[in-house]
Amino acid sequence: MTVAYWLIFALIGTGAVCTLARLALGPSLLDRVVATDTLLVIISAGLAVHAGLTRDPTDVRVLVVVSLLAFVGSVSVARYVGGMLLRSSGDGQDAGLPEATEVREARR
Amino acid sequence: MSTEARRDWIRHDLPLLVWLVVVWILLWGDWSWANLIGGVLVALAVTWLLPLPPAPGGLRFRAGPFVVLLGRFVRDLVVSSVEVAWVAFRPGPPPRGAVISVQLRTDSDLLLTIVAEMLCLVPGSIVIDLDREHLQIALHVLSVRDMDEVREQEARVLAQEERVVRAFGSSDDVAALDRVPVQTGGRR
Amino acid sequence: MSTLADVVALTCLVAGALLCLTAGVGLLRFPDVLARMHAGTKPQVLGVLLVMVGAAIRLESTSTTWMLSLVAAFQLMTAPVSAHLVSRVAYRRRHVRRDLLLVDELRDGSHEDRFYRGDEPADAPPEEPDVAAAEWREGR
Repeated sequence: MTVAYWLIFALIGTGAVCTLARLALGPSLLDRVVATDTLLVIISAGLAVHAGLTRDPTDVRVLVVVSLLAFVGSVSVARYVGGMLLRSSGDGQDAGLPEATEVREARR
Repeated sequence: MSTEARRDWIRHDLPLLVWLVVVWILLWGDWSWANLIGGVLVALAVTWLLPLPPAPGGLRFRAGPFVVLLGRFVRDLVVSSVEVAWVAFRPGPPPRGAVISVQLRTDSDLLLTIVAEMLCLVPGSIVIDLDREHLQIALHVLSVRDMDEVREQEARVLAQEERVVRAFGSSDDVAALDRVPVQTGGRR
Repeated sequence: MSTLADVVALTCLVAGALLCLTAGVGLLRFPDVLARMHAGTKPQVLGVLLVMVGAAIRLESTSTTWMLSLVAAFQLMTAPVSAHLVSRVAYRRRHVRRDLLLVDELRDGSHEDRFYRGDEPADAPPEEPDVAAAEWREGR
C-alpha cells in the first residue's frame, strides 16, 4: 500500500509541478487561468486519493466546494478578460466585446 | 393557473426543483425529513430569487438512443483522453491544430447546449463559438495531419449531434436531421 | 473488503493520477491556449472521474459515495462550460498560433476579427491591421 501511495502521489505531484510551471511561464492571462483551473482539479484529485487510501472521509466535503470553486473562478475571469461585462445590456445577452482600439482611432 | 401555464411549470420548473432538492440532500450526505424540507425551501428560494430565462421546446427522453449516446460518450471520453495523452507525451514538434466550422441541423436551444457540452469532451474538439442564428458551430481540433482528417472530424461532430437529437429531441427535431442538407466547409 | 475490490480501486486511482500527470504535461508542452484547453479538459475530467470511483470503492460508505458522485457530476457539467468560455475569449483575443493552424474556417467570417485588440503584451501581433482598418473605413 505504501508503494502505491508514493507512486500515485509522485504522478499527481509531477502533474501539479507542470501546471505550476505553466502558471509561472504564462505568457497570457488566459494561460494562467487554464493552469489555475487545472491545478485546483489536480489538488482535488490528490485530496480524493488521500481520502481513499487512508479511508478517511473527512476530505470529501472539501472536495465538493473545491470542484465548484475552480469553475466559478475560471468562468468569472474569462468573462472579465473577454470584456463581456463592460456593456451588458441587462437582458442577459452578451453585448459583445469592447470596441477595438483601431476602430476608435479610425472614427476619430 | 391555466392549463398552459401548469404544463409549462411541470415541464420546466419541476425538474429544476427536483434537481436542486436532490443536490441539497446529496450535499448533506444523508437522507432525513429535515433535509428534504430544507431542500424544498432552498430550491423554492433559489428559483424565485434567481429565475432562469425560459427555454422553449423542452426535451423528450428516449431510452434506447440514450443508452447508445451514453455508451458512445463513455467510449469517446476514454479515447479522447488517451489521444490527448499521446499527443502530450510524444516527442517531436508541437501538434498542428485547426479551427473548423460545422453546419448543424437542430434548432433548439437545449439540444444545442447538450451538443456543445458533449463535443468538448469527445475526441479532438473544443467549442469556440456557436452562431445561434446560422446554427454554425466553430471548434478547435487539437491535432490534424491533413484536410481529410478535418472532414473526418466534421463527420464526427454531425454524428454526435444526431445521437443527441435521437435521444432527447422532439419528433420535429429528428425529422430536421434528414430535411436539412448537410453542408460542411466554412461559412457562407 | 476483498482483495479484488482493492485491486480495482487502486487501478482506478493510478489511472486517474496518470491522467492528472497527462494534463500537466500537456499544459506545459502544447503551443497555444486553445491546445492547452484540450489538455485541461479531457484527461482532467476522466482522471477526476476515475479517482472518484477509486475513492468511493475504498471508502465504502453510502453518503460519501453520493457526495463523490456529486463532485463527478459537477466536474462533467462545468468543465466543458469553462473550456468553451476560455477558448472563445482566447480566440477573440487572438491568443492563437496561426502558423500552427492547418485551416481556420472561422476567420473569414467578419472582418472585425482582424483588428488588433492587443492591450496586453502577450496578445498576438496584428497580421494586417492597416488593410483591415482601411476596409472598415470604406465599409462605413
